[in-house]
Amino acid sequence: MRLGILNEGGFGTKLLFILIRLFSRQPVPDAARLTFYRPDFYGSYSKALTHEAMRGPSAWSIAERELMAAYVSNVNDCPFCIGAHTATATQASGNEVMVAAALADLESAPVEDRLRATLRMLGRLTRDGHLSAEDVRAVLDTGVSRQQVEDALAICYAFNVTNRLANAFGFEVLSQEGFQAGARYLLRRGYR
Amino acid sequence: MALRLNGDKRALVNAIEQRILTGPGMAPPDLRAKAFEGSDLPEPLAPLLNKVAKRSFHVTDGDVTAALAAGFTEDQLFELVLCAAVGESSRLYQAGQAALAEATG
Repeated sequence: MRLGILNEGGFGTKLLFILIRLFSRQPVPDAARLTFYRPDFYGSYSKALTHEAMRGPSAWSIAERELMAAYVSNVNDCPFCIGAHTATATQASGNEVMVAAALADLESAPVEDRLRATLRMLGRLTRDGHLSAEDVRAVLDTGVSRQQVEDALAICYAFNVTNRLANAFGFEVLSQEGFQAGARYLLRRGYR
Repeated sequence: MALRLNGDKRALVNAIEQRILTGPGMAPPDLRAKAFEGSDLPEPLAPLLNKVAKRSFHVTDGDVTAALAAGFTEDQLFELVLCAAVGESSRLYQAGQAALAEATG
């Protein structure tokens, strides 16, 4: 990572990183290192929001939410987050073909209309910086509830922040094995 | 504090914003506010923070080393990059909320 303070962590976290590496046999992902650094400034707050958005009560399944995270990350050209959330969406859905298709060409991908419309809306907001009421009505017309739009916007927020930080700080892209291990962790423990 | 807000995602978004802008930090609050807004940034920071907000994939080692060479510490850059990332994301979030309110109003 581009800031040495994030790589090194504090005294307590140095030991934690060694233990994580020992038990998981994988390097500590930079996303985890970021949240461990001065957690009272950002990490604790970020984890609370991300966990709520990704694992809290919602009519969206965990697989659908992970696909939203991967999709927003793809629009933002964030290699670390694309890898992490593609792996997590794939494990959660058990459908590698669907996840890959949604990221490659949303309009032809084998996903439900309500999810396609929602991903399209999140992509437009992330790419263009604005949304119209018409854009949102197009999502609601597919049967998505107002609360589901709220839930999707919170996911979009969380990953717009994280994508920017990952790219700015230069998160190291993991091996496929590393991303798979990270996905298993995120599905078992969430983001807390 | 943040953990007690579980269940209210808008409150959690606000808590992040309030903490990084008004809580204790190593970068001056007025500079954190400028990073958040993406306006009136001093020259050594502008290239880095504008990229963080608008095209983060293009941030380079050189953007970071230039800001460090200008005298900013790593802890200050940690805070200012966070402010830039959160600021732009908050604006997107508000735009989404406004469109939802109009669509359902």
